Amino acid sequence: MSEEESAAEGGEVRLPRPLIDADECKSCGRCVAACPKACLRLSDRLNLRGVRPVEYTGRGCTGCAACYYNCPEPYVITVQKP
Amino acid sequence: MLQKRTSGMYESFVRSGRETHATHYCAGCGHGIIHKIVAEALAEMGLQDRTIMVNPIGCSVFGYYYWDCGNIGAAHGRAQAVATAINRTLRDAIVIAYQGDGDLAAIGFNNTFQAASRGEHMAVFFANNAIYGMTGGQMAPTSLAGMRTMTSPAGRDPGHEGYPMRVCEVLNQLKAPVYIERVSVADTPRIMRARRAVRKALEIQREGKGYAFVEFISPCPTSVGMDPVRASRFCMEEMEREFPLGCLRDHSEEALPRAPRASAPTVPQFFGQEADIETAAPAPDPAFRERRLKFAGFGGQGVMSLGVCVAEAARMERRFTTWFPSYGPEQRGGAAACSVVVAGQAIGSPAVDRPDVLVCMSLPAYERFVGLVAPGGTVVVDDSVPCRVAAPAGVRVVALPATRLATSLGAPKAANTLMLAALGRLEVTGLSRGSLLRALDASFRNKPALAEKNRALFAEAEAWIDAHPWGAQSE
Repeated sequence: MSEEESAAEGGEVRLPRPLIDADECKSCGRCVAACPKACLRLSDRLNLRGVRPVEYTGRGCTGCAACYYNCPEPYVITVQKP
Repeated sequence: MLQKRTSGMYESFVRSGRETHATHYCAGCGHGIIHKIVAEALAEMGLQDRTIMVNPIGCSVFGYYYWDCGNIGAAHGRAQAVATAINRTLRDAIVIAYQGDGDLAAIGFNNTFQAASRGEHMAVFFANNAIYGMTGGQMAPTSLAGMRTMTSPAGRDPGHEGYPMRVCEVLNQLKAPVYIERVSVADTPRIMRARRAVRKALEIQREGKGYAFVEFISPCPTSVGMDPVRASRFCMEEMEREFPLGCLRDHSEEALPRAPRASAPTVPQFFGQEADIETAAPAPDPAFRERRLKFAGFGGQGVMSLGVCVAEAARMERRFTTWFPSYGPEQRGGAAACSVVVAGQAIGSPAVDRPDVLVCMSLPAYERFVGLVAPGGTVVVDDSVPCRVAAPAGVRVVALPATRLATSLGAPKAANTLMLAALGRLEVTGLSRGSLLRALDASFRNKPALAEKNRALFAEAEAWIDAHPWGAQSE
């Protein structure tokens, strides 16, 4: 398991990463288009709204918060910056 | 651990009794992004507790669900009129009008233009998505030439529907605005620029420097019929050609903070009287029963000044009081009415829908208002008025020959003074005879001869009233 994956699993090493409330995501895809590291994608699963929520690929986040600012929803994306 | 998380908004949103964490906006809507950067700026600048946001009609009408600051709804297009009232009343408030293009540039454009021209102290955040979003995608003043909408299915034809309106450029013709900038929320660099513009507009408000206008080019994927990412591209590639981004004006360095307000005129000053009568603040007296009076007749009969006289007497007794005029189509000869409230505590509304006391000097006034008098109330009517309409049960009607008596005493214009005397004798105002007389004197402050004459008329009316007991007059 890489350091990033370990962080994504909640391991000791804390790296920047987006925290996503998948059930509130409306699947607009703006964050996916905005991420300069291309580390977001739309999930293959459906959320409670019946749309494909954004998910973190698990690696590459630099904590730039472009996804946060491009997301029209207040509480779908929080960016964690160690 | 640092987090980039939304601030300045409620932790959860309660809409129709249900609690959610999501907005009501469609996927990819620019409003949410603008909401977040406005809220973030308010929170980081510590302005939430001083801010009143005005939300008129449009998709953003529900702003009050989201922004954790003061919020007021406004009628369609009227946000800047409401914001004007707020910033003139609460001078320390940071006032923000948040409007879409249908609200600001169509139905409300005159309000926008006049508020900008007056240089009102407000920040205006204008979301321009080139279409009417809430109503389902009709053409807006800002729709692009050739753009297909529900109401321009073949594309907007400038020869027929005109050209898109560039609001920033129009406002930039005015002298007063301090700051005008057009930004966009289509991508990250643009959002960062928009954040700076929001802060700039709010700094101008914090320093009391005047009118700041920020237009946001904002995607409406639903109504332009594109997926959110394409709608953002439409903003950058199509809309920016018509609406170039940039700062059109920044006078924030030179602008001076607003001057302290000159003190508001007192009632005597307002009516051209000297301020030598006492202007003590009203004294709260919860035991005092609130009196609601209506005075109605034709213009020129003195019903307005009669109302002023009663309000003035109330003020002299340190009651809370309001005087609220309502004119007909023309003042002299047309219908005229005013409402007066006399109270022992702060008055909620100066409008009197159900008067306790109604004074009528004309037939139309009597017929219009008599049915509204509250049970236990009193109607004083000039006896020239034929009372063909019955007063509601439990309402006392008193006819006084005010006009006849005044004419016979050589002062036909002073019928209102006789009415004042009647109100005193009927003891319906809660005010003393002495105060009513002093208020009558005050109304003729600049005409001592008339003051003398009216005092005499007041006494004549009392004498007549005492000689004609009310019991014989009622019903």
